Amino acid sequence: MVHTWSSLISTLFLLLLCITGLPLIFHHEIDELLGYDPKPEIAQPGAVKRSIDEIARTALTNDPGRVLQYILWDKDEPNNVIAFTNNKVDGDPDAATLRAYDAHTAKPLGSVGGGPMLIFLKLHVDMFAGQPGKLFLGAMGFLFLVAIVSGVVLYWPFTRRLSFGTLRDKSRRIAWFDWHNLLGAVTIAWALVVGATGVINTLAEVMLSQWKADELTDMVKPYAGKPPPVHLASLDVALENARKAAPDMNVSFVAFPGTPFTSSHHFAVFMRGDTPLTSRLLKPVLLDGETGEVSDARDLPVYLKALLVSQPLHFGDYGGMPLKIIWALLDIMTIVVIVSGLYLWVIKRRKHRSHAIAGQPALQPSR
Amino acid sequence: MTDARKLRSSGGWWTVYGGPLLIGVLSVAGLLTALLSEGAGRYFSWIAVGAPVALTGWFLARRKRR
Repeated sequence: MVHTWSSLISTLFLLLLCITGLPLIFHHEIDELLGYDPKPEIAQPGAVKRSIDEIARTALTNDPGRVLQYILWDKDEPNNVIAFTNNKVDGDPDAATLRAYDAHTAKPLGSVGGGPMLIFLKLHVDMFAGQPGKLFLGAMGFLFLVAIVSGVVLYWPFTRRLSFGTLRDKSRRIAWFDWHNLLGAVTIAWALVVGATGVINTLAEVMLSQWKADELTDMVKPYAGKPPPVHLASLDVALENARKAAPDMNVSFVAFPGTPFTSSHHFAVFMRGDTPLTSRLLKPVLLDGETGEVSDARDLPVYLKALLVSQPLHFGDYGGMPLKIIWALLDIMTIVVIVSGLYLWVIKRRKHRSHAIAGQPALQPSR
Repeated sequence: MTDARKLRSSGGWWTVYGGPLLIGVLSVAGLLTALLSEGAGRYFSWIAVGAPVALTGWFLARRKRR
């Protein structure tokens, strides 16, 4: 019962997640192919990187009437500086424009993201329904986890008399039934990990609000009641100070005062390490928006660290192209499990309706 | 001996959950290895995370041969 209903309610949405997730595994490659992932020009030998203040000015000239929200450094493309502009510092994330600039020439290289992959991403993350849509998909993901666990329990009575990997072709129904069991059984761990990390990701905004309410409020206590900075400090000065506060780390992104990732008065520079794991674990350094002096730097709380570490485990983008291909195959196997499960339910219902329950021993738990 | 009888298992705990459990442990080990190590760890992670796909392929090939 638990298995049937938890699966049925979530089936349609799980199919949506699996199908939209499939191209998203390769979004980097697809974006590159379609021109939504601009590349920097090859730098002249001995070329000096432009100041970030200059790139920030260029970004604002390119998008007149807008304000900067974030500047981000691509981990794999250090010569790409990506600027986020929006109509206001705390503007709707969907209204943000992302453009890449060449670190050596400050030339605009084109917009980042967008295109068909953005549509897949929106469908996958919130179905174009914002935060409620995201939380709803989180609930569907939770039902997916319930369906997996209840499936593991049912696996015992249903396959007790069969050896592992049995694939019979007696009838279409039995064939689907065996495929459902085999593919379901071998993908349990992967599906639980991808499902659970997906659910964690739907709570990102909730976790960020929590962090802002306690940690960040505490970090900026000395500034309580101060108005937003009138003249922003030099970004180069702020970044230099942030690097001094977190030596051995690199800048991942800087959040401008008033954006969701910081206070109304501070720049927040998020630093990252350089191993696969530490590059995910960001450390925020808060800097006075007017002077660029360091106010505070603290590690993120455990729940945000869990969120950051869970992301690669959901995306499958942390082990090179072979891992992405395996991710796609496992995703397709999960689609087969969902479709076969739905098929088996429809068949069973039809049987019940026609009262033709002539006892199909293969599909009944043996006593 | 009929096909059906060959497919029968003794129905013990290990015969039912042993296979899925091993493949699950291997999957998780692979998922974590790729996160925690670079280089050689990656090769292991491809084998370990890819094991469910390979095993399914093997079962399919075995059925076709029969």
